Amino acid sequence: MLKYTVRRLIQGIPTFFGITVLSYMLMLAAPGNPIELLTFDPNISVEAREKLAIQAGLNDPWPLQYLTWLIGNDWRPVDMNANGVLEEGEYGVRQGILRGDFGRSFFYKRAAITVIGDRIPATLELGVAALITSLVLGIPIGVIAAIRRGGIFDNFSRVMAVVFNAVPSFWLGIMMILFFGSILGLLPMNGRCGTVLVGGCPPLYARLEYLIMPTFVLAAGGIAGYSRYMRTSMLETISRDYIRTAHAKGLPGRTVWFKHAARNAMIPIATFLGPALTGLWGGAVITERVFGWPGVGRLAVEAVTQRDYPVVMAIVILGAVSTIIGYIVSDILYALIDPRIRFS
Amino acid sequence: MTTASAEPKGIARLQMEEEQLISESLLKRALRRLWHDRLTMTAIGVIAILAILSIGAPFISEQILNTDYSRVDMAATFLKPGEQGHILGTDDLGRDHLARLLWGGQVSLGIGFTAAILSITIGVSIGIFTGYYGGIVDDLIMWFITTINSIPSLFLLLIFAALFDPGPLGLILVLGFLGWTGTTRLVRGETFSLREREFVISARAAGATDLRIMFVHILPNLISIVVVTLAIDIGVLILVESGLSYLGLGVPPPTPSWGNMLTDSQSFINRAPHLVILPGLLITITVLCLYVIGDGIRDAFDPTIVD
Repeated sequence: MLKYTVRRLIQGIPTFFGITVLSYMLMLAAPGNPIELLTFDPNISVEAREKLAIQAGLNDPWPLQYLTWLIGNDWRPVDMNANGVLEEGEYGVRQGILRGDFGRSFFYKRAAITVIGDRIPATLELGVAALITSLVLGIPIGVIAAIRRGGIFDNFSRVMAVVFNAVPSFWLGIMMILFFGSILGLLPMNGRCGTVLVGGCPPLYARLEYLIMPTFVLAAGGIAGYSRYMRTSMLETISRDYIRTAHAKGLPGRTVWFKHAARNAMIPIATFLGPALTGLWGGAVITERVFGWPGVGRLAVEAVTQRDYPVVMAIVILGAVSTIIGYIVSDILYALIDPRIRFS
Repeated sequence: MTTASAEPKGIARLQMEEEQLISESLLKRALRRLWHDRLTMTAIGVIAILAILSIGAPFISEQILNTDYSRVDMAATFLKPGEQGHILGTDDLGRDHLARLLWGGQVSLGIGFTAAILSITIGVSIGIFTGYYGGIVDDLIMWFITTINSIPSLFLLLIFAALFDPGPLGLILVLGFLGWTGTTRLVRGETFSLREREFVISARAAGATDLRIMFVHILPNLISIVVVTLAIDIGVLILVESGLSYLGLGVPPPTPSWGNMLTDSQSFINRAPHLVILPGLLITITVLCLYVIGDGIRDAFDPTIVD
């Protein structure tokens, strides 16, 4: 078990480095002079510009720049006062992304990681709610559709799944706003308490009505996917011999369906955690924009349009790392739940 | 589980199937099945109508509607459908909504279709190549695919879109070059099993080159996968393009696309709901039809389904 976990973690390392190289290349290819982006001053003098460039390490060859970005430069001498001489004890100040230092946001003038940290609770709230909703709705729909195969419910759930996959999520959100917010006036049309308001947010249960529409929009794809997947898995399980045995020994249908079949059919769902996380990150970008939700997804769009590269890079890396971990956890989970799989 | 009573029927059925297989090629059979599949044919019809209307957008808007997608008329904003000769009303700048929907269709369908063809071409080529040769090339490409797939694809798209400020053409390239990994995985898996089959071995024994085996002997066996993936990919890419355009990072205005027509629509959702409903409805119908077509083609090619 421990051996398996460690092996999967080690397998994740090349992927992680691939991502860092890829995103660093992207940042290098980005248009715009980093110095101007840092200072927002086109009239800066040549000397001051040169000094900034040396301090930021922009004159180094790019492999060194990448290394600095990755593991920092506080372990090697750097000419920080830009006088051309490396003095005793003159070291860099950056710690590198491996130690959580993603640099300072050009726009917010704070550490990029704290800018993101402020936004994470909102996204987590939405993401967890959407994941739970899609599981709680998707799995039973799939089970019932499989039991009543070919019936009205089965056909209805099939049509629903296809439609949910074909609707652009932002439009689904706008339509819900139009119907439940504008016409019926039942739910708030957008907004959630901000991130740094005085006194902070009221507790979650006091503002559930804000969560309903965004959660549903973010969960729509998941509901469709899980219900389809669960139906297939359930049909496969039902045809097994042990289900026939359970029926034959006279157990009531409900016991067979839910205790014997559904529990086994649910095992492969565990492998969906990794892809689900990627889906939630991507979905959050659009859903948060539609509902004015102050989370990481909206920050990503803002940072991209403002060319705030440190924040963009931090979001990409964090999103990728969480996805890698999601894949590893789902593999381990799968092996844990399914006794037919051995750790060897 | 075969029972004695079912056996004669089963054999008769098998013989029938065998005769069909001899008398009819796989492609012919698939086409015949498609022709009798009403749902799929309806979907194909809807897509055909939308495509014709989009291609005819310049003609229809100039000759019939007497307007243009970008003609601003600040005296006639937010007209309701039918007012002052605007069949579907006008938008916040007084531009004819129908003309914009038609042009938007041209842009959205065009981008989805071209980008899908690009991504399928890349995906199939790499998939056959890596599946056929295996070994270290395969390991490297699979590692690359795992890496790309670990980054939420919308993040990558956002960055590309923001860095290179693409017009429609740039968007096609970005979508095409980021969307091939799924196809590659599918094709690679299939090629793995195909390359061990007798017809490939005999081709090799007869002295066929690797390239010839890959593209003359293996590729035709992948045709159903390719067509199904193409239909579904067009749908997916139309969705992605609309999402990017909605965020303001896709097709730049004033060129309309079904996605960017919805960018600011939330601000006049009460005033002119029809401006908000129609573009999204068209995206949904288009993507829905493409999914139905993909499913229909898959069933038509499926040898395990007996008609």
